[in-house]
Amino acid sequence: MSDTGTATARAGGVGGWVRGQLRNIAPFATLLFLVIFFSFASESFFTVVNFANILNQVSITAIIAVGLTFVILCAEIDLSVAAIANVTGIVVAFFTLQESYVNIANLPLPGLVAVLIALLICFALGMVTAFGVTFIGIPSFIMTLAMMQIADGMSALFVRGQIAYAVPDIVLTLGSGSIFGVPWIVIVAGLFLLVAHLVLTYTRFGRYVYMVGGNREAAEYSGVNVKFIIGAVLVIGAVCSGVAGMLGVAYFGSAQQNEFTTYLLDAIAAVVVGGTSLFGGRGGIPNTIVGLFVLGVLNNGLDHVQIDPFLKILIRGLILLAALVINVYAQRLRSQAENAGD
Amino acid sequence: MTESSDTPLLEMIDISKSFGGVQALRGVDFSLRAGEIHGLVGENGAGKSTLMKIIAGVHHDFQGTMKLDGKPVRFRSARDALDAGVGMVHQELSIVPDLTVAENVFLGTQPKTRLGTIDWRRMVRESREHLAGLGIHVDPTTIIGELPIGLQQLIELARVLFSGARIIILDEPTSALSPPEVELLFTTLRRLRDSGRSMVFISHFLDDILSISDTVTIFRNGQKVITSPVAEIDKRQVIEQMIGIGHRELEESYTGEITLDTQFDAPVIMETRGLSHERTFQDVSMQVRAGEVLGIYGFMGCGQIELARALFGKIRAQGVLTLDGKPIKLTRTSIARQEGIAYVPESRRSMLFHHEPLYKNMSISILERISRMLLKPSSEREIARGHIDNLRIRTPGPDQLLGNLSGGNQQKVALAKWLTHAPKVLILSEPTRGMDVGAKEDVVRIVRGLRDKGIAVIVVSTEPETVLSLADRILVMKKGEIVREFAGDTVSKDRLLEAA
Ligand SMILES: Nc1ncnc2c1ncn2[C@@H]1O[C@H](COP(=O)(O)OP(=O)(O)O)[C@@H](O)[C@H]1O
Ligand SMILES: [Mg+2]
Repeated sequence: MSDTGTATARAGGVGGWVRGQLRNIAPFATLLFLVIFFSFASESFFTVVNFANILNQVSITAIIAVGLTFVILCAEIDLSVAAIANVTGIVVAFFTLQESYVNIANLPLPGLVAVLIALLICFALGMVTAFGVTFIGIPSFIMTLAMMQIADGMSALFVRGQIAYAVPDIVLTLGSGSIFGVPWIVIVAGLFLLVAHLVLTYTRFGRYVYMVGGNREAAEYSGVNVKFIIGAVLVIGAVCSGVAGMLGVAYFGSAQQNEFTTYLLDAIAAVVVGGTSLFGGRGGIPNTIVGLFVLGVLNNGLDHVQIDPFLKILIRGLILLAALVINVYAQRLRSQAENAGD
Repeated sequence: MTESSDTPLLEMIDISKSFGGVQALRGVDFSLRAGEIHGLVGENGAGKSTLMKIIAGVHHDFQGTMKLDGKPVRFRSARDALDAGVGMVHQELSIVPDLTVAENVFLGTQPKTRLGTIDWRRMVRESREHLAGLGIHVDPTTIIGELPIGLQQLIELARVLFSGARIIILDEPTSALSPPEVELLFTTLRRLRDSGRSMVFISHFLDDILSISDTVTIFRNGQKVITSPVAEIDKRQVIEQMIGIGHRELEESYTGEITLDTQFDAPVIMETRGLSHERTFQDVSMQVRAGEVLGIYGFMGCGQIELARALFGKIRAQGVLTLDGKPIKLTRTSIARQEGIAYVPESRRSMLFHHEPLYKNMSISILERISRMLLKPSSEREIARGHIDNLRIRTPGPDQLLGNLSGGNQQKVALAKWLTHAPKVLILSEPTRGMDVGAKEDVVRIVRGLRDKGIAVIVVSTEPETVLSLADRILVMKKGEIVREFAGDTVSKDRLLEAA
C-alpha cells in the first residue's frame, strides 16, 4: 500500500456532487414536482388556506417522525410508534372525567396528573423496548412488533370497544386550540422538530447518535456506551409517540382503538422519503421535514384532484417504493465511494 | 514411514502461479507418496495455501506439470479433483452451519429413496457409523453450527474422507482446536495413514508438524526450500530454513539479536490474574508497567487478539483485572475508556467512521472532556489540526472525510483518537498490518514517544517483526496460554518462533 496522502477528487465535477448529495436532492426534487403538479391540476391547491391545512394535517405525523428520526439514525426501527400513540391517548382519556353516556370505567384525576401518568406509560413502554433490544439482544424490528401488540392490547383493555371523548384541558388546547389563528398543534410540532434538530446537531448525545448509526462497532471501540444510546433513542421514540397520541386524541375529538394505525406507515415514510438512511448515520431533522411535506402535499393534493379514492393508496405506496429505491441506491453509491478510497 | 515406492502418488513439477502482480509460487517441485503424512511449513504468504489449492483444483491457471499416479492431470474444478480422489479441508471452514451434521457429511451427495426423496434414515445411520469410525461420537441430527469449532473441523474432514478422497489436504486445521481435539485429529490422521491414504498437513505449530509428519517441506517466499524426512531435521533447523538465515541482506535486523530494554522498577499500571475467556485464552496473568511497551506475540488463533479485546471490555473475561492496583470490572468499552484504557483494533474499518470528517473521528473518544452538553466543533478542529501535524497525516485539513485518506493515514487517525488526553494504557492490535515501511517507522516513532511519556503500551501481533521492533518486553502466547516471557535480555525472531 502506498502512502501518498489524500486520494484526489474521485467522483469529480457536478456529477460527483449530485451523486454524493442524492439523498438530500431527491426528496426536495420530489416535493417541488408534487407542488408544481398539484398547482396545475387543481385550483384550490396552491393557496394560503390550503398550505395551513397541510401544516395542520402533518403535525401529528411530525411529532411521531421526530422520535423515529432518532431511531432510524441509529440504524434501528420502531414499529410500535402508532400503537404507543394510541395507548397513551387512551390512557390520558381514561384518567379524565368522561360524560355519563361514555361506558368506560374511567378514573377521573386532575388533568396534569392524567397527563403525567400517560407520559409515564409511554416512557415505561419505551424502556421495555430498550431493555429488550439492548440487554436481551432482540432485533428492534421484532421487539417493537411485539411492543405494538402489547400496546394495542393495553388500548383494548382500557376502552373495551368504547369511545372516550374528554381529555384534560391542557391536552385539549394543545391538540385542537389555536393562538392568533395558529393551531397549537402546529406550534408543538414545530418545537419538537426544532429541539430535536438542535439536539442532533449541537449536543454530544446527538453526535453519538450519528456515530452509533454510522458505524456501531467503531463507536463501541471508541468507548461510546452504544447500548445506552440505542436504548435512549428507543425511549425518545416512544415518548414522542405518546405526546403525539395525546394531542391526536384532542385533534380527532375522541379516543378509541386503532385510531392511529395509518400513522405508523406515514411516520416511517416521512423519515425515509426525506432521505434519512435506513442504514443509519445519515440524514436528520431537515430531511424529515422535507419528507413530511412530501407526504403532506401528496395526501392533501390527492384530495384536490378528481381521482379514484381507492387509487390514492396505491399511489402512496408507489411513491414510498420510489423513495426506498433512492434511499438504498444512495447508500450503495456511498459504499462504492468508500471502497474506492481504501 | 509406513510405505515407500518409487513413483510418488502425486507429483508437482516446476509449478508457478501469480495473482496479478504477486508471484505466489516460483518453480516449485513437490511430491507426495502413498501412505505418508507430509507436513508443510512456511511464513504467512509463503505460498502454501496456493500450492494446495492448485492440487485441489481450486486454482487452474498455473504453469507447470501435475501428475497423479504418474499420469499428467489438470483439474478444472474442486469437483474434478474430488472425483480423482483429492480432497481439501480449507483454512476457512466450508461447512454449512445451519444444517445438521448428517446433511453436512452428505453435502451434495444425499442418498435418495426409491421415491426420489432424500433418504434421511439412511443418511443419519451412515453418517453416525462413519463418524464413529473416525472416533467422533456425535448425534448426526445436531445442527453443526452449535458444535465446538474443533468438532466442526473434524466433521468437515470426515466429509472429505467420506467422498472417497485418497489424498487429503489439511490447511491449518489445528489453529482453532483445543489440545484434546488436536489429539483426536492426530489419532485419526495416523489411522488414515495406516490405511494407505496420503495427507498434506499445513500448520504454524512446528511441534505438531514434527510429531505427526513423516516428511516436511519448507516454503519461503513462493519457493520450496527443502524437503526432508522428519527424522533428519529438528525444530531449530526448520525455523532457520523458514526465515532464511543466511540471506542476511534480506532479513536485515530481524534475524539478529535485539536487546530488550525492559523496565523492572516502574510502577505496575495494569495487572491481570487468571484471566480466561471461554475457549480463546486461559489463566492469563501478566503485568504492564508505566513507560513500557509490552509485546504479546502468538500465531493466528492463539487468543492474543481476544485477550486484547477483553482488556478493553469488548468481550467479557473471567478473572481479576486491576488498574493502578484497583480491581475494575470491564462490562463495556465505555467503562474502559473512562478508566483511561485505549484500544486500537486490528481492522481500521471497525475503528473509524468513513463518511465523517477527520475531526469527528478524532474527537469521538474525548467529547466528554471538551464539551459538557453542547459540542465545540472549533476546539475539535483545533485538536485535529494538532494531530495532523504531529502524526504527519497527509490531508488538506480536519474537515476532510476520513474515507478520502489512504490506508496508512487512516491507521494514524485511529491512533490519534486516543492521544489528545494521554491514556494510562494503550492497547494496539496489529498496529502495522498492511503498512509500508515509511508508515511503519512512523508508528514505531509514535509508540516510543508515548512510552516515554509514561504510558503503558500493549502491542498484540501475529507478526514477529512488529513485536520485535516495538516491545521492551515480550510475552509469547500459545493456544490460549502465556508460555514464555522475554525480558531484559536479547531476543531474535527465531527464538520467538521457537517459543510459539
Ligand atoms: N486469491 C488471491 N488473490 C491475490 N493474491 C493472493 C490470492 N491468494 C494468495 N495470494 C497471495 O499469494 C501469496 C501466497 O499466499 P498463500 O498461498 O495464501 O500463503 P500461505 O498459505 O503460505 O500463508 C501471498 O502474497 C498472498 O497475498
Ligand atoms: Mg495459508
